[in-house]
Amino acid sequence: MKIFGLSFKVIKTLLTTQYAYMLEYRIEIALWALSGVLPFIMFSLWSENDVGNTFGLNDIGLARYFLSAFLVRQFSVVWVVFSFEEDSLSGRLSPYLLQPLHPLLRYVAAHLAEQATRLPFALAIAITFFFLNPSSFWLPSLPQLFLAYLSTHLAFSIAFLLQSLVAALCFWTEKSSALERLIFVPYLFLSGLLVPLSAFPSNVLKIAMLTPFPYLINFPAKILSGMPVDIFNGFLAQVLWILILGPSVNILWKLGVKRYTAMGA
Amino acid sequence: MNRYFKTIRLFWSTAFASQLEYQLNFLIELLAMLGTLLGSVFILSLFFTGGRQLGDWTWESALVIQGVYTFLDGLTNALLRPNLTEIVNYVREGTLDYVLLKPIDSQFWLSVKKFSFAGLPEIILGLYIVFWAAIKSGTSFSFYSLSVFIISLSIGFVILYSVWFLIAASSIWFVKTWNATEVLRALLAAGRYPISAYPVILRFIFTLVLPVAFLTTFPAEAILGELKFNILFFGIILSSLFFIFSRFFWKFALKHYTSASS
Repeated sequence: MKIFGLSFKVIKTLLTTQYAYMLEYRIEIALWALSGVLPFIMFSLWSENDVGNTFGLNDIGLARYFLSAFLVRQFSVVWVVFSFEEDSLSGRLSPYLLQPLHPLLRYVAAHLAEQATRLPFALAIAITFFFLNPSSFWLPSLPQLFLAYLSTHLAFSIAFLLQSLVAALCFWTEKSSALERLIFVPYLFLSGLLVPLSAFPSNVLKIAMLTPFPYLINFPAKILSGMPVDIFNGFLAQVLWILILGPSVNILWKLGVKRYTAMGA
Repeated sequence: MNRYFKTIRLFWSTAFASQLEYQLNFLIELLAMLGTLLGSVFILSLFFTGGRQLGDWTWESALVIQGVYTFLDGLTNALLRPNLTEIVNYVREGTLDYVLLKPIDSQFWLSVKKFSFAGLPEIILGLYIVFWAAIKSGTSFSFYSLSVFIISLSIGFVILYSVWFLIAASSIWFVKTWNATEVLRALLAAGRYPISAYPVILRFIFTLVLPVAFLTTFPAEAILGELKFNILFFGIILSSLFFIFSRFFWKFALKHYTSASS
């Protein structure tokens, strides 16, 4: 059996080498995990000012939502455009392109390995959160956990494809990481990282739901925290976005490689 | 002193010339800034739905805080980030040696070498929002309130600079501090909202440990004419301490600097 044309042996080697590599950067990854505190800052504002009531959300539900948003973000963070830009500008991409392995798959392995390294730090932060807010403690049921796990992975896939699309623009322009900022801004406000989307006015919500962003945080976080959510349509939308973005990345990549001039080589 | 002004002028005119090459970047930054501002104001508005207030702040006065935040964010993007994130590269490549050999203060050189003009619209827009929202909330400006505003804004900037510089200077020991600045950015984002809207523990932390309150809330209170004099006085002392500590820390760090390439 092969996944993306790779045998299990290749996948295992890729993941273990990347994991060993990531373990070297434990402190950086711990700091990075810590830099995701924004949902907690927002939670403190929501609960202190009793804003939840206006939107029919109680404090415990909010605490769970924001913790879930934090966790989903931890395991769907994508930085492929930055790695790719660096490799492209320094000429490291050339040997990668010669290997019988799609360079993007190498980055996928790096991301998955980084997530594994991040897991203990994310859990430590979650436990600290429960110590500070003991009333919000909950253990999601197994099916809930499974669905949340699945949707977080799909969220990661969407985010990865979205950023790969920008990364592929590296073949045309030197500074495509600047373009990433233009994706990050709507991501920040429409993904549900700062507020659960149910608090949005209905017309803004309608527009937001047409973008991939709510499926990156809001949807998985709602499953994990046990808020009411349309599971079927959510997964459908996630798969749909992957089906739209996947081939687009593929086409753009193929066009880009033809233009590749091997900078620095 | 004159020499320092002359150096800044030379640095920034070269920076301007070299950035003219990347006009697209300027446009992208502008779009990203407008998007961020729009999003932040929208999120802020959610706190005010149903006619409620945010920690005793009205909608207009909370917008003043957003303005101050935007202004400081612009200064960060224009001055702090381009310069202070470079320090780690000087350390890694050993080029810090050349900086140290120059007949000018090394902290000064490292802090003002670059200026990213893409941050300029954000600085201007931030100030515009401050004054627009202050007028909307029915404030009349006086010479006194404007001076207090300028002083408290300077206090905020000095603290912001010192914290950034402390993290950047620690790259003498730890080469990868990029992630530490990300943590800082995430925590500073708390400054988008009035300090009184936070729970007591966070209020304490954001006033004394990581003085976010001095960055945005107090300058906003100053322009609204509500800042207490003793807070201003305390701010002057606190920002001086932060600045002195950053200098002391830099001197201390340099003692541990063992050049990389030579």
